[in-house]
Amino acid sequence: MLDIDFSSVNIVSAILYVLLAPIVGGLLAGVDRVISARMQRRVGPPLLQPFYDFFKLWEKEAIEVNEAQSFYITGFLLFVIITGVFFFAQGDLLLVIFTLTVASVCFILAAYCSNSPYSAVGAERELVQTMAYEPMMLLVAIGFYLKTGSFSIDAALNAPTMNLLYMPGVFIGLCFILIIKLRKSPFDIALSHEVHQELIQGMATEFSGRTLAIVELAHWYENVFLLGFVYLFFAWAPAWTAGLGLLACALVFFNDILIDNCCSRVKWEYMLASSWLITLIAGFVNVMFLMYLRVL
Amino acid sequence: MSYFSKSPWLIHYDGSSCNGCDIEVLACLTPLYDVERFGIVNTGNPKHADIFLVTGGVNTQNLPIVRQIYEQMPEPKVVVAVGTCACSGGVFKECYNMLGGMDKAIPVDVYVPGCAARPESIIDGVVKGLGVLEEKAKALKEKK
Ligand code: SF4
Repeated sequence: MLDIDFSSVNIVSAILYVLLAPIVGGLLAGVDRVISARMQRRVGPPLLQPFYDFFKLWEKEAIEVNEAQSFYITGFLLFVIITGVFFFAQGDLLLVIFTLTVASVCFILAAYCSNSPYSAVGAERELVQTMAYEPMMLLVAIGFYLKTGSFSIDAALNAPTMNLLYMPGVFIGLCFILIIKLRKSPFDIALSHEVHQELIQGMATEFSGRTLAIVELAHWYENVFLLGFVYLFFAWAPAWTAGLGLLACALVFFNDILIDNCCSRVKWEYMLASSWLITLIAGFVNVMFLMYLRVL
Repeated sequence: MSYFSKSPWLIHYDGSSCNGCDIEVLACLTPLYDVERFGIVNTGNPKHADIFLVTGGVNTQNLPIVRQIYEQMPEPKVVVAVGTCACSGGVFKECYNMLGGMDKAIPVDVYVPGCAARPESIIDGVVKGLGVLEEKAKALKEKK
């Protein structure tokens, strides 16, 4: 029995994701803070600062507004992890996107379940954000389907040609909504890491102590597989393209930090209009083109 | 050493200060002083804060607000009174509506004098507050 079963290989990477994603995600958050500080000509916090914050929050007293809150937050973490597991087990892209939606629904409900006006407005804005990025997420899945003939991530990674060449528009659209998903300016209207904004902390206003630590952890998990989407565009069958994929992830991440530091927050109308416009122009036209290629 | 002293998050509230001290507090966040080096973050949310940085004295108007912010902060927490006004009432002490320094409203742990308190001394005060925070965290753990 020497032949390696490919499904078991995928399970290994899924387990690795569950174990390592918090470390990678936390380091990404640290790199983000250090680079942001350097862009503002500051020294910035130590690289491991997000971990210090996490452990401090874990030790702090958690003031729970009600029981539902911690239930939803745990659901948020759980579904984010499940999404990531589907992604790294190289499962179905559609499944990944739908589970991610369930996760964000949990998060929105958690923000709604207290009657603080700040978190309620934050939750409303998060709903608008979901409306803004969801069409593009679906187009990403459809794009990969049209290119590779399957929704499976496995097929995208083993494609005979570079996926980006066929879907530059979809990639641009994805990069655009990644700014929303990574909660960067100008689209960080629901929850911002730049604190002291007009909404106090938006959705996170009512989370404290351990609950907030779980939210942070879930975001670390989330960011890792979100950048994984970028990876899919650059890696195809040959093994060396893995390096290319990682490089692309790093560049996109850096670019988002740069945009974050250059832009001020916009109004939700503008965010919705611009992301739908990009979805239509870059994403939809690209998908039409792919359909045309399939007909040929 | 626990993680409290590595990641102190502040909430800043302006009692009845003349804004002199507030500007100095905000100066701490600028590239020149950059308190984020020590993991200090200026949050606007009492529920996320460990250190309550309060400027200006307490008067009849802001007494309930100061108390509410203090109540909303999860344990362990530390109060740092910044500026002479917050320490004792300062130049406003004799005003008809003033109750005095911040310790008339909430328990203050660290007093930072000065009119206005310099950014260096504010940072010193916060660092002193970290020691108190550690002690409180330890006491809290033993109580559990
Ligand atoms: S101590 Fe001086 S600078 Fe500070 S608030 Fe009072 S009067 Fe203003």
